[in-house]
Amino acid sequence: MKVKMLSRNPDNYVRETKLDLQRVPRNYDPTLHPFEVPREYVRALNATKLERVFAKPFLASLDGHRDGVNCLAKHPKNLATILSGACDGEVRIWNLTQRNCIRTIQAHEGFVRGICTRFCGTSFFTVGDDKTVKQWKMDGPGYGEEEEPLHTILGKTVYTGIDHHWKEAVFATCGQQVDIWDEQRTNPICSMTWGFDSISSVKFNPVETFLLGSCASDRNIVLYDMRQATPLKKVILDMRTNTICWNPMEAFIFTAANEDYNLYTFDMRALDTPVMVHMDHVSAVLDVDYSPTGKEFVSASFNKSIRIFPVDKSRSREVYHTKRMQHVICVKWTSDSKYIMCGSDEMNIRLWKANASEKLGVLTSREKAAKDYNQKLKEKFQHYPHIKRIARHRHLPKSIYSQIQEQRIMKEARRRKEVNRIKHSKPGSVPIVSEKKKHIVAVVK
Amino acid sequence: METAPKPGRDVPPKKDKLQTKRKKPRRYWEEETVPTTDGASPGPPCNKKNRELRPQRPKNAHILKKSRISKQPQVPKKPREWKNPESQRSLSGAGLGSSPLPRSKAKTRSRLEVAEAEEEETSIKAARSELLLAEEPGFLEGEDGEDTAKICQADIVEAVDIASAAKHFDLNLRQFGPYRLNYSRTGRHLAFGGRRGHVAALDWVTKKLMCEINVMEAVRDIRFLHSEALLAVAQNRWLHIYDNQGIELHCIRRCDRVTRLEFLPFHFLLATASETGFLTYLDVSVGKIVAALNARAGRLDVMSQNPYNAVIHLGHSNGTVSLWSPAMKEPLAKILCHRGGVRAVAVDSTGTYMATSGLDHQLKIFDLRGTYQPLSTRTLPHGAGHLAFSQRGLLVAGMGDVVNIWAGQGKGSPPSLEQPYLTHRLSGPVHGLQFCPFEDVLGVGHSGGVTSMLVPGAGEPNFDGLESNPYRSRKQRQEWEVKALLEKVPAELICLDPRALAEVDVISLEQGKKERIERLGYDPEAKAPFQPKPKQKGRSSTASLVKRKRKVMDEEHRDKVRQSLQLQQQQQQKEAKAKSTGARPSALDRFVR
Repeated sequence: MKVKMLSRNPDNYVRETKLDLQRVPRNYDPTLHPFEVPREYVRALNATKLERVFAKPFLASLDGHRDGVNCLAKHPKNLATILSGACDGEVRIWNLTQRNCIRTIQAHEGFVRGICTRFCGTSFFTVGDDKTVKQWKMDGPGYGEEEEPLHTILGKTVYTGIDHHWKEAVFATCGQQVDIWDEQRTNPICSMTWGFDSISSVKFNPVETFLLGSCASDRNIVLYDMRQATPLKKVILDMRTNTICWNPMEAFIFTAANEDYNLYTFDMRALDTPVMVHMDHVSAVLDVDYSPTGKEFVSASFNKSIRIFPVDKSRSREVYHTKRMQHVICVKWTSDSKYIMCGSDEMNIRLWKANASEKLGVLTSREKAAKDYNQKLKEKFQHYPHIKRIARHRHLPKSIYSQIQEQRIMKEARRRKEVNRIKHSKPGSVPIVSEKKKHIVAVVK
Repeated sequence: METAPKPGRDVPPKKDKLQTKRKKPRRYWEEETVPTTDGASPGPPCNKKNRELRPQRPKNAHILKKSRISKQPQVPKKPREWKNPESQRSLSGAGLGSSPLPRSKAKTRSRLEVAEAEEEETSIKAARSELLLAEEPGFLEGEDGEDTAKICQADIVEAVDIASAAKHFDLNLRQFGPYRLNYSRTGRHLAFGGRRGHVAALDWVTKKLMCEINVMEAVRDIRFLHSEALLAVAQNRWLHIYDNQGIELHCIRRCDRVTRLEFLPFHFLLATASETGFLTYLDVSVGKIVAALNARAGRLDVMSQNPYNAVIHLGHSNGTVSLWSPAMKEPLAKILCHRGGVRAVAVDSTGTYMATSGLDHQLKIFDLRGTYQPLSTRTLPHGAGHLAFSQRGLLVAGMGDVVNIWAGQGKGSPPSLEQPYLTHRLSGPVHGLQFCPFEDVLGVGHSGGVTSMLVPGAGEPNFDGLESNPYRSRKQRQEWEVKALLEKVPAELICLDPRALAEVDVISLEQGKKERIERLGYDPEAKAPFQPKPKQKGRSSTASLVKRKRKVMDEEHRDKVRQSLQLQQQQQQKEAKAKSTGARPSALDRFVR
């Protein structure tokens, strides 16, 4: 007779001293882990609920401006520094870690229309309603010195926007025309126009650094190549575009914030159909900025809220609002892709987490593992109705909520009418125009 | 709505152009006469809750298994608006039903491919981690010709080490017998209750008594709840819950005249079968009765649970075994097992096999994987009154005062009923049986007390520390309890296939698609309708005939080339895969024995 009994030595399974970690032997045999799917489902449900519980995105409000914040800029080298320009011509530089203002400059008379930093972070440029472009040093003046701009360029017309080249000492302004300036000269290297309308913003492409995009109030978006004297092409939309922002990871993709409550992501190679129409705002979209990962962007709207959209989704994943925040005029995503700043009409700059339920600070390895596991579970079960409902739920102010309802009814009525028209006319005579094509009037080359 | 390729069918080819021009436009009222809508198959309106949880999946419904790519390429997880810009442009004026396929399809598919590859990799890794398992299962082998059934407990006790020998003991409790018994999920604790009211719980490894009381009432059944701290006792009148001190915590009067208890640990449900014919599910985490089902089969005193899917099996006096879930008022399945009443039912830990014994003295093993057919049958001289499966698939039957154990070929195979593996005679008729989890021990309650038998090879040698750890400390138990309560599976999810939740909900997907088509007024995913080409001039010339023939021949040739290329590619991929998994050395290799 040969016999062997299962006989465990308890010393192999319990810790030796109280200072040790508990021993946890694992066995991944599925019969020891029954109900894998239902248990994971419940875990995913719990994780989703916790995510909503911990979703507290608002971090800080920076107050100090004496008029509405009109423009924001990030410091290219320092995560903690941001610059803001207000409607009374004041520029402030803020320290985000201490959450205070470190420097105040009365830069212009009237609005500060645009602000941008030089790629090296040593100086920044502002344009204002007083028809000037000013270059300022990033460091404050020494003791006893006066706050003076490095250079001042006096132009003929009002400048409405400015952006700096990402690699060279060149910047672009817009107003009646798009001007490209060398930093060393007081006259533009070249001026480009197409049509006779005021241009509201100009942006350099961060990847293909010679490319620029601008949007004008005659409803078009114009693309330029700095190496050519003439613009490349333009697309005309239904309504005016307020700003555009280039995707920092995909050179040919940009997103336009439009007055018709929508954002349009375009591929610059095929402008006749936007890649995606992002619609969730219920009022004009005023500003847009990409996350440095290029996967998401944030948009600021006149309806007192900001929204975060994934690039490939037409609906927003997040909406931020507070009772005190008024019309949001400018928004920026910080370079570490963790925070969002927005400047609004009621003189405050607000700091938000980009991921509402994210825990700030250093995570222990166990916390990190649990977070990753929960993230994966949420992803895996995201389409289940119960989980989807919880994950999608957002509290909205009553005004926005009722506007959404109203616009839904309007849209539904429009769509119904269209369907009826197709139904009652000769087949093929009324073409079906997709939502993407609907808002594009023409592409001109 | 979709335009049928009408002109191609009923128009003579000669006057094609004219005919197409004069073609009568189709009006919307004509739609009723033309049976074209493909997505609009009239399905039953789906109950929303059902769609969400789907507990009532019929047992033989066609179930799409995991591989979503190969079988269901046309089902995107989430229909989206993203369309191919190129095809959109070219088809913009084409009219009804001409929207192109969404671009997201390729993306979804690639995402699924990635997910499946990951899944495969993790399963390989999990399999490789078996190298790290520390313990080997026990065994008992006779020398050639020797029958293991002849080996008695005394021989085994003599042959094994002292620690194992201490696991064999006999509690002589003639006064309050016959006893029912239950081991806790970790296998550390044993509770037993005698017919005449004696209830005791002990840590049977250290032989430390936790509590001993007399409830002054007949005890029908006894069961540990999720941990060893709570104990449910089915007494003559009502169901009582005691803690490990023997203090009565609850008296549940909604469950009266309970004969059998089962605890579903992942759902925190205590299933009770009563004399009145009701199967009642009590949620012990919140103290609510989840469902009270009338089995309509008279007194219920045969019950067991399927540990794989938490379905309760009830044996009835008409020879059927019915399968129950709290989500449904009717049984999920009814199996006619015996002529004459069913005496005992047991289901193995993988949920594959069910053993039943009946008044016809037969012992049968059924396959529960969809067919419900008996795999093997054996007639026993007296018939078995009690049955139980061990973790490694050993089957024990209590027949009068004899206990027989059968073993299979290995783990996951049904026990072969020809030769018993072990037998043992007790001092009184058997009244309760259970294998101790994670130990080679069988507990038998009988009229003479409680016996702990040694059965080598019964228990799972390697436990999972996060699931049920026999050596856990108090802190670990508390931690585990919180986690277990947090992931309590809702009772509605109990169904025959526990993986049903992970499958694509085709019904609601199709419903959603239909609704979308209705809302939009056209099918955005429909293929462009077939446009017949007008006949070209000069097709009949000899040169073009030869050309066409050559084209066909070339096409055949190309097909062959394509096939052979594909084969080559597949082979290369296979080789690459084999290389990549085999060649890379791993840190685990040092544990290969």
